[in-house]
Amino acid sequence: MSKLVSSVSPHITSNRTTQKIMLDVIIALIPAGVASVIIFGLRSLLVIGVCVAVCVLSELIFEKICKKENTILDLSAIVTGLLLAYNLPVSIPLWQAAFGSLFAIVVVKQLFGGIGQNFANPAITARIVMLVAFSGTMTHWTAPFADTATTATPLVHLSNGALNELPSYLDMLLGVRGGCLGETCTIALLAGGIYLIARRVISWHTPVAFIGTVLVMSLLFDKAPLYQLMSGGLIIGAFFMATDYATTPSTKWGKIIFGVGCGLITILIRFWGTAPEGVSYSILLMNIFTPYISKLTRPKPLTGGGK
Amino acid sequence: MKLSGIRVPHRKHTADCAPQRLPVPELVTIPMSMHIGKHAKPIVKVGETVKVGQLIAEADGFISAPIHSSVSGKIKKLDELTMSNGTKTTAIVIESDGMMEVHESVQPPVVNDFDSFIAAVKSSGVVGLGGAGFPTFVKLGVKDLSKIDAVIINAAECEPYITSDTRTMLDKPELIFDGIELLKKYLGTKRVIIGIENNKKACTAKMQQMADNTSGVEVKVLPSIYPQGGEKVLVYNTIGKIVPKGGLPLDVGAIVINCTTLSSIAEYIKTGMPLVEKCITVDGSAVNEPKNVIAPIGTPLSNLFEFCGGFKSEPKKVLYGGPMMGIAVPSLDMPVLKMTNAALAFDESEAKPPKTTACIGCGECINHCPLNLNPPAIAKANKLNLPEELKALCADLCMECGCCAYVCPAKRPIVQNNKLAKAKLNKYIREQKEKEGGK
Repeated sequence: MSKLVSSVSPHITSNRTTQKIMLDVIIALIPAGVASVIIFGLRSLLVIGVCVAVCVLSELIFEKICKKENTILDLSAIVTGLLLAYNLPVSIPLWQAAFGSLFAIVVVKQLFGGIGQNFANPAITARIVMLVAFSGTMTHWTAPFADTATTATPLVHLSNGALNELPSYLDMLLGVRGGCLGETCTIALLAGGIYLIARRVISWHTPVAFIGTVLVMSLLFDKAPLYQLMSGGLIIGAFFMATDYATTPSTKWGKIIFGVGCGLITILIRFWGTAPEGVSYSILLMNIFTPYISKLTRPKPLTGGGK
Repeated sequence: MKLSGIRVPHRKHTADCAPQRLPVPELVTIPMSMHIGKHAKPIVKVGETVKVGQLIAEADGFISAPIHSSVSGKIKKLDELTMSNGTKTTAIVIESDGMMEVHESVQPPVVNDFDSFIAAVKSSGVVGLGGAGFPTFVKLGVKDLSKIDAVIINAAECEPYITSDTRTMLDKPELIFDGIELLKKYLGTKRVIIGIENNKKACTAKMQQMADNTSGVEVKVLPSIYPQGGEKVLVYNTIGKIVPKGGLPLDVGAIVINCTTLSSIAEYIKTGMPLVEKCITVDGSAVNEPKNVIAPIGTPLSNLFEFCGGFKSEPKKVLYGGPMMGIAVPSLDMPVLKMTNAALAFDESEAKPPKTTACIGCGECINHCPLNLNPPAIAKANKLNLPEELKALCADLCMECGCCAYVCPAKRPIVQNNKLAKAKLNKYIREQKEKEGGK
């Protein structure tokens, strides 16, 4: 008889793996992707394809060069590609999309040690870098169901006080408005978010705290609360990016503090800043606070007063 | 506050299998280290004949336990045996004559006060049968009996597969209640709580029915959330108090005793037969016919599996105990110990530890630790060799229940890490003490 395996307990584990978690995130992002193709046309599929392909390839090549273990199969690079694409205008030049993807994976993720080690969300950081580098193309908004006509996003209308220019609530819900290709369809994003909560991939604390704070603040300052919720990247940010494991707190209270912080910074930028949108900045800023929030909310070991 | 834990698959396939007696094995190997504390000292010589229940090794030192022959026959040799945890001990190998003749010393002991009760518990050879193997007479030998507010009977049996405590409750309920009467009489216990997980309906009904006719006994039905039977968890979930770190349940007024441990004591006091056999759950994906088997202590595990129809596929991993905290054995020749409550054999698909990937910081391990520990921080402090940090993180509080490693999506060896961290911290604390002592 061959030798028996010897290993430390436990000898059984749950079926949950990193790969399955990432697969769930990808599934949750599909409705919004489909919506983007319907609303903005086939070019959004092209942008998504370029981002995903460049993310996966750059991870593959980086790990090859650094002689690190290949981690493509954990699917996290695909998630980063999808999220970055969803946060770009459909008209973005493809080389710029490729540059952003490369930056997200190599600079933000891999240079800090790869999956789980990065302190900032790769997709968000790359988007902000692109916003600075390519400010023209990054704020060029194609109108829904039109190839060339441009439009302003609801948030621009809001900050200009042009309330009569705003799309209807129904259009906001369906995503028929100007904006990044994957952020507009509120219904599709909510469906994905609820799926993630139901699958226990994320908990409700962050999105509820984040969206709740924006709602309360816009009610307080009487700034078209429903439009605030459905505009910009709030829904996609709150469900998909402010819930990233590595870059956000893992405790219940940590998540609530993180969500409230994101909400407040978003409101601060939207209401009083020069930029119309603040979701990306808010998440990146709160990413920096994450280690402190984690430390603050770390549960106390149950020592019962013993030494 | 609710303690964290996890939902594990129950897999209690053998709950309805009344225990079957194993045919007398030809050879038993009885190690001197079947308890926490100093190894027992053999008092028999090679070639000597022994009978069932005869003392073959005596307790050596304050924390130790005596050991009795589980068969009748001849002492074949005194061997050195490496236990599954790597420690070496002497083992008495007895060639059975198949007669199972009972030794003349097996007579009900005279018990009439606390001291004679504790003496009887000591000579019964009973140790913590839930798996820990702490000598029971030491646990019950409380100096100040007024400190005991409640005795908690651990009948949670939260490990998957294992049903030997279930069978004790169903087949020997009167012995458990005999034991309760003994505790009431000699320890002055006023309050007894039987803690059972809610996946054992028949046991709960049986215990409740008996408790209704006994004063001061409560049956507490607990959710089936692992590790419900962990001592600290059970104490908290029954009397709402947290056992202090480094302390004992007695520090919060409780004594926790496993239901089979208690029934074994009652059996000894009733019949004089010390702990020489165990009911063992034999199960696992490689086993043909899972069963509960009564086997003499020292029986090779291979005999148990043969009795259960052999293997349906090649066993690749064999455990003493359940899959959450059980210990992998090096070979099928390893013997049944006093605290063995299950022997599980797994085939290839379940034997291989899963592939470990990078920590993704999901925090599941932190959120599921019943004692609120922070495994990633402990792993980091251990890697960076920071014993002070390990101390601040209370690494030595870890009871190795394995919830963290169970839920980890990256399949990281968290328990292994914690064990290493604990060893490092304990060494550090020892050295600090020595330094202080040297001043």
